[in-house]
Amino acid sequence: MAYLFQQILNALQLGSIYALIALGYTMVYGIMTMINFAHGDIFMVGAFLCFVAATVLGLPFIPALLLSMTGCALLGVVIERLAYKPLRNAPRVSAVITALGVGLVLEHLTLVFSPYPRHVPALWSSATWHVGGVTLSSLQALIIVLSVLLMVLLDWLVRRTMLGLAIRAISWDRTVAAIMGVPVDAVISLTFAIGAALGGAAGFLYALAYPVIDPYMGVIVGWKAFIAAVVGGIGNVRGAMLGGFILGAVEIMVAAFLPSTYRDLIAFALLFTLLILKPYGLLGQPRPQKV
Amino acid sequence: MTENRRQMTDKAGTVKTESPINKSVNGMNASDIILEVRDLRVRYGHIEAVQGISFEVRTGEIVALVGANGAGKSSTLRAISGVLPFSGEILFEGQPIHRLGSAAIVARGIAQVPEGRGIFGNLTVQENLKLATWNRRDRRAVKDDLRHVFDLFPRLAERRQQLGGTLSGGEQQMLAIARALMTRAKLLLLDEPSMGLAPMLVREIFRILQDINQAGTSLLLVEQNALMALKVASHGYVLETGHIVMHGTGRELADHPRVKEAYLG
Ligand SMILES: Nc1ncnc2c1ncn2[C@@H]1O[C@H](COP(=O)(O)OP(=O)(O)OP(=O)(O)O)[C@@H](O)[C@H]1O
Ligand SMILES: [Mg+2]
Repeated sequence: MAYLFQQILNALQLGSIYALIALGYTMVYGIMTMINFAHGDIFMVGAFLCFVAATVLGLPFIPALLLSMTGCALLGVVIERLAYKPLRNAPRVSAVITALGVGLVLEHLTLVFSPYPRHVPALWSSATWHVGGVTLSSLQALIIVLSVLLMVLLDWLVRRTMLGLAIRAISWDRTVAAIMGVPVDAVISLTFAIGAALGGAAGFLYALAYPVIDPYMGVIVGWKAFIAAVVGGIGNVRGAMLGGFILGAVEIMVAAFLPSTYRDLIAFALLFTLLILKPYGLLGQPRPQKV
Repeated sequence: MTENRRQMTDKAGTVKTESPINKSVNGMNASDIILEVRDLRVRYGHIEAVQGISFEVRTGEIVALVGANGAGKSSTLRAISGVLPFSGEILFEGQPIHRLGSAAIVARGIAQVPEGRGIFGNLTVQENLKLATWNRRDRRAVKDDLRHVFDLFPRLAERRQQLGGTLSGGEQQMLAIARALMTRAKLLLLDEPSMGLAPMLVREIFRILQDINQAGTSLLLVEQNALMALKVASHGYVLETGHIVMHGTGRELADHPRVKEAYLG
């Protein structure tokens, strides 16, 4: 029983990181119908910014987190402006190829700076609590609480603010949104910034939880988070969160109770089965017909 | 203003009546023209859909732009709203707006009811209306305006939490007009507001448009339903394959044999 609770905690930790990354995919997809395959590498940059903050700059926790988030937000905006904006009316496949290319560029730039895996020193003097055989570290609690906080904030932003309204309107019809006075380019850039900032936060938290990082770490994690976004219903913010937590849970539980060599195989077989049952994802809906 | 008007009438000598292009008609001066379009051209690839048209809307007026399918009416409106590249000049209240982006154009006071209504199906009625106030800072006045459009369209008031995509066609058209009003535009561009509506609803929409105009908003009305549009318009232009082939008062055009034959059946 204690073992199960322990695994649930681990699943929440991993799931919240997947969920944060999945949000970036889903937001960009929602507003542009484009899959930003460079997003996993933005996550990686977030982790490396954490490393830089902890070593070179010697920043404390909060400023280091802000560095990862703002650094990635800026990176997201620059990528959008330079690489994706010129392709807005080009075939989708061009944008996808470009995104893969941008990802490779990010990986190799980081490789120049760090040819070896790096060890991220602790930014957080973590305490651990033992309750009835379950171990909870304060870092783990922090990761979960912070992620959930960011998700609640984002959910509020998308549902309750003018910016969120504009994001949803653009995702329905960009031209009409422009006709109604929404500064479409600015809102798209902001959406990229927010998605990338969440990816940066995920990279930061990931680097603290699993402190060995390398320039290719974003590839597999990015793919997984992308699949989480699809399972949740890509384009749907709550879906991305749900998908992230489900993926975290499936991975941890498979590894905990089944031979761990099959972890990814079984995890993804389960997720794909889910997609066969719900082709638009758990919370995704086919777009209602435009009248 | 009165001085100015007298002077212009004196200079012109006699008041001309038939040409709406002549700026000194009825002693009007340039500032009475809310929208002036000069030599507008719109291209799609190698097809020129609008081939150098010029027209104007005077403050407080309803102007009808009629023409067959593919004549270039929607292209013209999209160019004015700044969502389509074009060449030529567009002046709003005497100021060139053709270098402004679409958001700045709305902020200046031009709103559009786009072809096919353009309702955001994923937003509620209320959210559709709120979105149109993106450029406004006067939050209290926005609340008043919301009340006002719900008075104007009670059917929308009952459905304010309903998703735009689930409204009937007529309700969507009302929402599209209400949404344009929420921008507090001085000039409304309406792209076929009667499309696909039952005759009774068409009459209701036209009555509301006339009320809106009475309250001081200028209208540029694009219509397939040419007779109806020309009846309410003080001036009209007939567009054929990207050219303006006729213009005159609404009545003149409605009575013109060629217009009757081509557009009124
Ligand atoms: N995006 C586009 N790409 C290529 N051609 C276009 C595009 N939009 C419009 N056209 C062409 O430009 C011409 C004018 O189109 P427009 O929509 O302005 O006509 P319209 O007068 O509004 O017609 P309707 O009454 O049918 O709405 C048409 O021949 C149309 O095929
Ligand atoms: Mg049209």
